[in-house]
Amino acid sequence: MFYRENGQFKTNYKSDQQIFAVKQDRIAIIALIAFAFIGVPLLADEYLFRAILVPFLILSLAAIGVNILVGYCGQISLGSGAFMAVGAYMAYNVFMRIEDVPLIVALLSGGFFAMVAGIIFGLPSLRVKGLYLAVATLAAQFFFDWLFVRVRWFTLDSPGGTAAVSDLSVFGWQITTPLDKYLFVLGFVVVFALLAKNLVRGPIGREWMAIRDMDVAASVIGIRPAYAKLSAFAVSSFIIGVAGALWAFIHLGSWEPLSFDINRSFQLLFIVIIGGLGSIMGCFFGAAFIVIMPIALNQLLPWFGSLFGVQISTSMVGHAEFMIFGALIVWFLIKEPHGLAKYWSMARHKLRLWPFPH
Amino acid sequence: MRLRKLALSAALALAAAATALTTSLAMAQAPVVQFFPSLTGRTGAVAPNAAPFANGFADYMKLVNARGGINGVQTLVEECETAYATDRGVECYERLKGRHGGATVFQPLSTGITFALMPRLAVDRIPMITSGYGRSDTADGAIFPWVFPLLGHYWIAGDVVLQHIANQSGGWANLRGKTIAVVYHDSPFGRELLPIINRRAEMHGFTVLALPVPPPGVEQRAVWLQIRTQRPDFVIMQTWGVMTSTAIRQAIATGFPRDRMFGTWWSGAEPDLRDIGAAARGFSAVMMQHGQARDSEVVRQILAQVHDRGQGTGPRAEVGDVLYMRGVVGAMLAVEGVFRAQERFGRGRHVTGEQARWGYENLNITQARLDALGFAGVLRGPIATSCRNHVGTALMRVHTWNGSGFDWSSDWLQADMNVITRMITASAETFARDNNITRRTEPGC
Repeated sequence: MFYRENGQFKTNYKSDQQIFAVKQDRIAIIALIAFAFIGVPLLADEYLFRAILVPFLILSLAAIGVNILVGYCGQISLGSGAFMAVGAYMAYNVFMRIEDVPLIVALLSGGFFAMVAGIIFGLPSLRVKGLYLAVATLAAQFFFDWLFVRVRWFTLDSPGGTAAVSDLSVFGWQITTPLDKYLFVLGFVVVFALLAKNLVRGPIGREWMAIRDMDVAASVIGIRPAYAKLSAFAVSSFIIGVAGALWAFIHLGSWEPLSFDINRSFQLLFIVIIGGLGSIMGCFFGAAFIVIMPIALNQLLPWFGSLFGVQISTSMVGHAEFMIFGALIVWFLIKEPHGLAKYWSMARHKLRLWPFPH
Repeated sequence: MRLRKLALSAALALAAAATALTTSLAMAQAPVVQFFPSLTGRTGAVAPNAAPFANGFADYMKLVNARGGINGVQTLVEECETAYATDRGVECYERLKGRHGGATVFQPLSTGITFALMPRLAVDRIPMITSGYGRSDTADGAIFPWVFPLLGHYWIAGDVVLQHIANQSGGWANLRGKTIAVVYHDSPFGRELLPIINRRAEMHGFTVLALPVPPPGVEQRAVWLQIRTQRPDFVIMQTWGVMTSTAIRQAIATGFPRDRMFGTWWSGAEPDLRDIGAAARGFSAVMMQHGQARDSEVVRQILAQVHDRGQGTGPRAEVGDVLYMRGVVGAMLAVEGVFRAQERFGRGRHVTGEQARWGYENLNITQARLDALGFAGVLRGPIATSCRNHVGTALMRVHTWNGSGFDWSSDWLQADMNVITRMITASAETFARDNNITRRTEPGC
């Protein structure tokens, strides 16, 4: 009933290959983006913007980067937090050291430096695979943890070793209120998600997926493994670097290296696993899950306990978070290895036929 | 089968909606309370040390209610777990700041969270007490109107520790040529101690050996082997949580004498030393006025009016411990600021964050008031703040572990405010320049 696809004939290759080939999908996406830009600002309050929507958007952007590397190209990376840190600190240096740099240029330059770092630390992928590559990217994580703490140049020699930015503005629009921050980040995410989706649907994306599925066969048919792997690292690190710069500038405002430690890398990996490896849509599902679950648990568990007359302390909620998290990841890996995105694609598949299932 | 599932989910949704409705209704009819959010660290690497703080904080607030509230206004504490992580601390802040009529004051108990929250305070009009932690230059209230490092900060701590070491060595001149190692938590918290140590090193000619320990600090063998090879004369520890006890165990293993080790007030409490016991005898720590206070009047009152009535937060055996008392003192300072604000803005009325800020900036807690509150022998007054001085006092003393408890091993020591104030002003001016903040020009600033 929703997807009345009769009458939608494609008359040229371009319309056949476009990103949302079905008209209802196009309408749905445009409606969703319109709701995100117009509807949410009217409905959400400051807490929702600051604590849920902005981290959700930035983490989904970072997850898009990680998914390109891990989900589409099959290169396991535990260094995502480090690339976020590179993006954040280099954007900070460009912003503070060079006079009159526009904010967007600073953020993109953070992404550029993260891309360089990603290419350098992606070189081991040309020789090792799987778990060994994970260890090599873990080295990136620890290296950048050390670098931003030890080398005072990156924090402009500030006494405490933290970095802080203020007075952000784009073309005269001051980004101060939570609504401003939400709209700014939303703009970035929409643009990058569109770019990433088109990349993975194009020839380079197919090369990545070929490397993921069977790299020897891919190199036999003429795909250069070095180019494919390093381009995956490059694109992925660029996106992760921009996400890291946004996390630092917009969400935290004032940050230290611990904000981008190994736990951040694990968090991004969990987002793409739960959301769905090899799916751009899945990044959003996974990020929503990871951002909202701790907060929901924090608020729901005490209420749930009070239903049974049990007083649940804050430390118990903290422990419960870990337990439920771990259990959910195991459950997802067993029950639905393709993640939440698979549920969505199944739902869409059934919606296309509804109410005439067969 | 499907119908049953449908009915079950509908029932759950209805229950959730009903509860939400009743809680919102209940909140609409609740009496006026003064809300004090508590950002706790009950899980994670700092849990053994941060949990007693949260318990002391909550217990003192309950004691205030038992005494009749703040001129009749009851206090309300709501906890939010941060696990010492900055982004969770920020989320807790955002969640709690508007509840129950607005948060009165925040005490993040983490330098990282302090840094992240500082830009938001002026926008949200909520003050922050960073008693004994945070940025040391926030003592200058003309540039940091919303942050209050009451009772002390790390530059005062470093100065007093070095004074104590100098006293033990027979004077500042005897430190010339010596080496002092600083084992610190590799984070803004740890690094905050270094400027004063380096400044004193310039002034008196001793060498500083800075040894960072990456958090959480359960692996310190490399650091202590380095200490063993370099043989510094003294070790100062700016550590927190399990890092402290690990450091002391490593010192025992490498044979560094514990009586030449000095912690700051976050690294010299029972959770760090109790499990090690007699082997850690001689370890000293500089305390922000109070240490263990089991036989103080306020502890007696808490036991009688809170724990004996079954309302104690946390175990009874912990009442009176060093970090428990830190929480009690933190709660006392928060409440005294509200008392002071009520003197100006209306006794017995709810105080907003902005009014509380005025209260914290105009504190004058005399010794008589402290004795009346039960802090005789625990704290020494007067604690008097002003726009220029957000610290209020700079008295410290050093206690030493004797195997099972603490003994005071120094007299009341006063930090050298000449040296420190100059550093604070310079650092605050740099911050103001980098962030386009203008110095306040009200009378008294």
